[in-house]
Amino acid sequence: MTRIRAFAYGVWEFVVGDDPWTALGVVLALSLTAAVAAAGTSAWWVMPPAVLGLLALSVWRAARR
Amino acid sequence: MSGADLGLALSVFLACTVEAVEALTIVLAVGTTRNWSSAMSGVGAATLALAAIVAALGPTLTALPIDVLRVAVGGLLLIFGLQWLRKAVLRASGVKALHDELEIFREQAEAARAAGVRRRGFDGYAFTIAFKGVLLEGLEVAFIVLTFGANQHHVALASAAAGVAVLLVIAVGFAARAPLARVPENTMKFAVGVMLSSFGTFWGAEGAGASWPGGDAALLAIVPGILLVALALVWFTRRAVELQAVEGLEAGEGTVAGPGSADAREQAAVRT
Repeated sequence: MTRIRAFAYGVWEFVVGDDPWTALGVVLALSLTAAVAAAGTSAWWVMPPAVLGLLALSVWRAARR
Repeated sequence: MSGADLGLALSVFLACTVEAVEALTIVLAVGTTRNWSSAMSGVGAATLALAAIVAALGPTLTALPIDVLRVAVGGLLLIFGLQWLRKAVLRASGVKALHDELEIFREQAEAARAAGVRRRGFDGYAFTIAFKGVLLEGLEVAFIVLTFGANQHHVALASAAAGVAVLLVIAVGFAARAPLARVPENTMKFAVGVMLSSFGTFWGAEGAGASWPGGDAALLAIVPGILLVALALVWFTRRAVELQAVEGLEAGEGTVAGPGSADAREQAAVRT
């Protein structure tokens, strides 16, 4: 069990790293894109501002620490 | 070769060069202070493990439906790319110390000397440190090779770009017999962060069902757009640090507050 937990923790650290909020933001932005596309409207415009906003927020949070 | 293929090869080459330079520093440190043959055995074992990971996961990923693959790969590349880019912005703006291979080499060599008696035959310490160093640095490259390669159905091209980068770093490193401190690692990490974030945005949106105006040509707007915003963030963050420093001096504190106060924690994480 400890090894499984250690492996899961290692995968989490490797993928998500020290900024889980950015990872969550990426998932939400992709979900919103999928929802807008499923509604039958153009959805390409969702990701660019979401990504730039997530980057700015991530830098701002790290700089304030 | 299409523009996307060129972007794939360039991104993998740059990412792999950066990681190979970092792995080379670790191997040089344990090789010169402990035992070269054990360190090289560690390098060989880690390389085999990485090749096995790419060989095992590559065909599995390419077998996934394209939309599932693109949304998963896009999301992962974005999470990865935004982390690289954030660290690069913080380094470029002076909030986080620049990556210094010579300093890391000195620390690794000191730790290797302090680790106890050197063995004439097989040296477990040299083997383990070299193995872990190459495996951990190589995992990021394997991830980028797999995601980029699988998405473009060009795992071979991505692997070739990675192989060229590794061979180049090994050749230059062993010719110099010193850490490659003059490689512009921070600039390269900035470039890789921009590329990963751009391709992640493009593929993620496509996988989620969006259609980009102009198709692949949209990357010609996404890449410079993310680059410009990242450069603007460097400028704003640097200005904020300078303003905080001036305010600190005017208040007679003698130390820099605000973003600069992150130094202790950020310095500790500087080698991540």
